[in-house]
Amino acid sequence: MADTLLDVRDLKIEATVYPPGEHPRKITIVDGVSLTLEKGRVLGLIGESGAGKSTIGLSSMAFGRGGVRITGGRVILNGRDILKAGRNGIRKLRGREVCYVAQSAAAAFNPAQRLMDQVVEAALKHGVANRAEAEKRAKALFRKLSLPDPDNIGKRYPHQVSGGQLQRVMTAMALCSEPDLIVFDEPTTALDVTTQIDVLAAIKDAIRDTGVAALYITHDLAVVAQVADDIVVLRHGKMVEKGTTYEIIKEPKQAYTQALVSVHHIGHEEKQPTTKPVLSVKNVTAGYGHGIVKVLKNVSVDIHPGQTLAVVGESGSGKSTLARAITGLLPPLQGEVIFEGRKLSNRLSERTKDDLRQLQMIYQMADVAMNPRQTVGTIIGRPLEFYFGMRGKQRDARVAELLDKIEMGKGFIDRYPAELSGGQKQRVCIARSLAAKPKLIVCDEVTSALDPLVAHGILELLLELQKEENVAYLFITHDLATVKSIADSIAVMYRGEVVRYGARTKVLTPPFDDYTDLLLSSVPEMEIGWLEKAIASARWRVRETNAVGWTRTRNSRFRPH
Amino acid sequence: MLDIKRIPIPALIGIVLTTLFVLAAIFAPLIAPHGNGEIVGDVWEPMSAAHWLGTDNLGRDLLSRMIYGARITLFIAVLATALSFSLGAILGFSAAVFGGWFDTLLSRLVDLLMSIPTLIMALVVLSVLPTNLVTLILVMGILDSTRVYRLSRAVAVDINVMDYVEAAKLRGEGEAWIIFREILPNALSPLVSELGLRFIYAVLFLSTLSFLGLGVQPPDADWGGMVKENKDGIVFGIAAALIPAAAIAALAISVNLVADWVLNRTTDIKGGRGNG
Repeated sequence: MADTLLDVRDLKIEATVYPPGEHPRKITIVDGVSLTLEKGRVLGLIGESGAGKSTIGLSSMAFGRGGVRITGGRVILNGRDILKAGRNGIRKLRGREVCYVAQSAAAAFNPAQRLMDQVVEAALKHGVANRAEAEKRAKALFRKLSLPDPDNIGKRYPHQVSGGQLQRVMTAMALCSEPDLIVFDEPTTALDVTTQIDVLAAIKDAIRDTGVAALYITHDLAVVAQVADDIVVLRHGKMVEKGTTYEIIKEPKQAYTQALVSVHHIGHEEKQPTTKPVLSVKNVTAGYGHGIVKVLKNVSVDIHPGQTLAVVGESGSGKSTLARAITGLLPPLQGEVIFEGRKLSNRLSERTKDDLRQLQMIYQMADVAMNPRQTVGTIIGRPLEFYFGMRGKQRDARVAELLDKIEMGKGFIDRYPAELSGGQKQRVCIARSLAAKPKLIVCDEVTSALDPLVAHGILELLLELQKEENVAYLFITHDLATVKSIADSIAVMYRGEVVRYGARTKVLTPPFDDYTDLLLSSVPEMEIGWLEKAIASARWRVRETNAVGWTRTRNSRFRPH
Repeated sequence: MLDIKRIPIPALIGIVLTTLFVLAAIFAPLIAPHGNGEIVGDVWEPMSAAHWLGTDNLGRDLLSRMIYGARITLFIAVLATALSFSLGAILGFSAAVFGGWFDTLLSRLVDLLMSIPTLIMALVVLSVLPTNLVTLILVMGILDSTRVYRLSRAVAVDINVMDYVEAAKLRGEGEAWIIFREILPNALSPLVSELGLRFIYAVLFLSTLSFLGLGVQPPDADWGGMVKENKDGIVFGIAAALIPAAAIAALAISVNLVADWVLNRTTDIKGGRGNG
């Protein structure tokens, strides 16, 4: 096979973990994975967190993260076993034959150096080109990746360009030394959907034009379907299935792959608004720095009992600030919040215990939303104690009941948060808010940090609980697929204003305003060729001028996360 | 959970020595062969079977003096550290949780106290106030609490913005719950290791004060005071002053070894640095 570039055979990677209070033990991160990649092709590696995707990706440049050992198998690149290459051999290889594009571009650039110096560094070190040639090539790459002002952007520092641009500069950096293989490690995961589509298109064009081969690592099947020729599905360090992109998307054979492909479909009947909303936000304006920066401008929305209002928008659009204004963490400058027909005090400290009880909140990062030194029993039991004065057996019984409701069971009572998986942590947080018997729960990006299948489970649980408890949700998210599956009404936010608001079907039916259209058309669909369609559509190009204006809002410095 | 074989050797040495000092301090009247102020022989007798460490400048048994000295030194240092910790930690946590003018006022006050060199401050205050143990402990504790305040405020400010604290505030919890149940357990490990270090500083500070004559007053003496009493013997080639000095060093080092190990262990559990 003359055109085989990368041949990974029976790769085994182990690490040693040191659990507190126990003896260290070995765990297998990658267990006997084999894959091949031909020149000029793109292989997608997909799987949930902990599947070993990144570890495999890094092994193709003979690198293991701290504490990780490659214990078996071979990685053959350009006909050589690179695991046997010495220190110098590896140094010649990295940045020359294989380059790496990391998830967080902001963390991957040296903030003290200009972009151009960092882009050409590898090419100069390896003697691929002299300074002038390398800069010329870099500028050509900037142009190809549709970066603004390609001749001068290299003079900027990393903090002077947006996140999406930085990700494209990193792609240019990887391409600059003309490698044979690029490892993309979740390059668009941290970006907004509207930015993601630009970056994806740029990456795809660059790959096609330069003929470089690529390993594309992601957890998002819809994204990988746009760029990859073949896909390998991984789970717990083992290969589940491999095939062409068409085979995986259209004819998945394994149950796990089928679940991944169908993950977005949740049946949810849209409910009609009632006459009396449980919570009304009326003309609320809020901001930071004593009103100098207004993050929310004249926002009005209603939430009906037992229903879900989804608030969508990019980062910096004011979604989380809306939640903070409703919960009283950030007292609004103007406007009022009406709850159950009575006006809520703006300040948290002036609200009654009963108001606080009926309005609960669930956070994006479940790890930091629970005190690491409290057991699950204490975490869920505290609201029972605090609001209802439950003690002893009565409290324990109710905690067990709540644990059953979140499908975990009372065996978890004595566990600490560190001993739970990501999905379980979020379930405990849900149980904690349910313990207060609330009328409304504010869910701030509750599924964003979770793997697709786990997130799916959480959404189903939330819908189930809504039916049982008749609780309303204010569901903040940037993920339109989630919105489509669970919302009853939708508010689209842009730069602190609600630009479109109404029942779900109404909001998602054309004619759209420009921003909603941009947002909706940017959500990757699990369909081969979607990216080309989205980009090629004339409607898109007309709006490109607007999109430039929108990028400016992205790096809002006041985003609380 | 704690396996003796897995304790590193330096920490083991530290634990053994510290335990010896503590036992000596607690059971001083039972162990000491002679009374604290009892004159049993000539001035500065050399070491002998009767007097293992010799006698001091007044002919008192040095071993007995050392054991009683351990008692006084540890007693004052422990109380001063306890005071500085309770005061510093509670004020530091409160400043972080309440914020606003309360925080500003306390922090500037602490800055003011810290801007004056501790030794000079202590010398001035102790020479004005009546010299007794209570004043000594109060002065040492309050001066040291500024350092603890700084640390605990910094740690608590960090924890105070975590989502679980926000969740507690949203639940309507009072400040006491937030300080003692949400923040304190999570701030414990940096504070515990600081405790060891501050204790050593207290021992050294007390010794310095006593050496300068403002600490423990005769006939009682801590180790610093004993160095002072016997220092004139050094010119005659008599080592009596070096024994309490060595004891101070040994205590400081052994407590430090234990504190270092505790810090490593606790940060290990949190997935941080260290390899204990």
